Amino acid sequence: MRFMMLVKSAENKGAPPKELMDAMAKLAEGANKAGTMITSGGLAPTAMSTRVRVSRGQLTTTDGPFTEAKEVVGGFAVFELKSKEEALEATTRFMELHKKHWPGWEGETEIRQIFGPEDFPPKA
Amino acid sequence: MTATHPHSAIDAVWRIESARIIAGLTRIVRDVGLAEELAQDALVAALQQWPDSGMPDNPGAWLMATAKHRAIDMFRRNKRLERKHEELGRELQAQQEMAVPDFDAALDDDIGDDLLRLVFISCHPVLSTEARVALTLRLLGGLTTEEIARAFLVPEPTVAQRIVRAKRTLAEARVPFEVPRGPDLATRLSSVLEVIYLIFNEGYSATAGEDWMRPALCEDALRLGRILAELVPNDPEVHGFVALMEIQASRSGARIGPSGEPILLLDQDRARWDQLLIHRGLAALQHAEELGGAHGPYALQAAIAACHARARAAAETDWHRIAALYDALGQLMPSPIVELNRAVAFAMAFGPAAGLELIDTLASEPSLKAYHLLPSVRGDFLFKLGRFAEAQAEFERAASLTRNARERELLLDRARACAGGPPQPGLQ
Repeated sequence: MRFMMLVKSAENKGAPPKELMDAMAKLAEGANKAGTMITSGGLAPTAMSTRVRVSRGQLTTTDGPFTEAKEVVGGFAVFELKSKEEALEATTRFMELHKKHWPGWEGETEIRQIFGPEDFPPKA
Repeated sequence: MTATHPHSAIDAVWRIESARIIAGLTRIVRDVGLAEELAQDALVAALQQWPDSGMPDNPGAWLMATAKHRAIDMFRRNKRLERKHEELGRELQAQQEMAVPDFDAALDDDIGDDLLRLVFISCHPVLSTEARVALTLRLLGGLTTEEIARAFLVPEPTVAQRIVRAKRTLAEARVPFEVPRGPDLATRLSSVLEVIYLIFNEGYSATAGEDWMRPALCEDALRLGRILAELVPNDPEVHGFVALMEIQASRSGARIGPSGEPILLLDQDRARWDQLLIHRGLAALQHAEELGGAHGPYALQAAIAACHARARAAAETDWHRIAALYDALGQLMPSPIVELNRAVAFAMAFGPAAGLELIDTLASEPSLKAYHLLPSVRGDFLFKLGRFAEAQAEFERAASLTRNARERELLLDRARACAGGPPQPGLQ
């Protein structure tokens, strides 16, 4: 089963402490070595982003930053795991590092299962 | 409030941690069977305690510490026994070995080497292939005996017995817990790749049963391959091997039709290929090339798979390159199966007559006598050459030889299509 982890927090809280960066790098290295994390990435600030929206039959394009959003997605990872519980365990470890190394930081990681081929059988 | 059932959470921790724990313990107790028992004891303790006490902050460390304490208890018991024996005037055996080792120092060392040692011991040539597969899935993949049995469609007690016997064999043969050196390393490494590839292939093209694929086994094998590539980072063939599995696995979603029937590579909807895995596979292949060339048998097969992965449509496939790669593979690893594939590549690159010429040299090959793909491929060449009656006979023979129910249906379909004569234009 494949899962996407979306890490959300408020923007403009400054750069994460070096200890956190080091600890996260170590965790990511471990997940890489375990063959479970198949991709990951960090996202540029919303100041550099653009939204294209359809609403009431109209297309609108809005450039960031999106100051009204309390929390935005700042990074993601894709894992291949046996169960939702494994995804939860991996995510808990990731968030523990934030708790430990970045006092006062608030945010969340959302675990979403990615549909696989088995969820979309080919059409007859 | 816990979001999930505590037992499932413990299972998850076990799956993540067990290989490392068993590897670390094996180095200390020098017996992989005993190490696994100690680790299992720790798991049982977790199942008893965690639902009440809650999951510890670092569950992996908890399991390791618990197993470690059990090991120390055991050593002390043995020492006491030993002292009694001494008092009784019995011969004291290997006091040095029975001394309590320095657990903390041993456990703090780099775990990577232990994991690699565990890989090598699980795939040790003293074991039968079946035992290697079972032990690898159990110790490194963290699968239960029941899961292994289900994956290989054999009764659970059979797998359990295989594992017990394998551990006993390792202990009796006093197989050292080490990474082989020198010329041994290459041979032993290829034995490891063979075991993992066997697991992958059992998942990718199930040799028996109703299902054409068992994807979970592919994922297990892929994970083991990725772990190995991290443990042996400078071996091009290991990266080529991982590349091969990544690219093959990328087609999983396209290989099965709506009623579970297999869809052959060239007929697959390439939009269903997993681009993430293709990307990983091509990167691994490139890595192998950078490490001094992708000349090994797995790397060559990965290069062939990469030709398919790069072609956006079947018609864009670089068959000339594939034919050349099969030439190289045939030189390196001469085998009737490679010849058969080379014939297919030649047929695609230079026409069915060229393929037929190659395949006819295999007609008397004893190892292919019962191999369904030989008549199946030959039938395909004959069909393309318009020799429908001969093609039909070959497809029927192929159908009678395969053990896979889905594949049999596909072959019988092709046989029936031959009876209808040449295909109508526009209906293909």
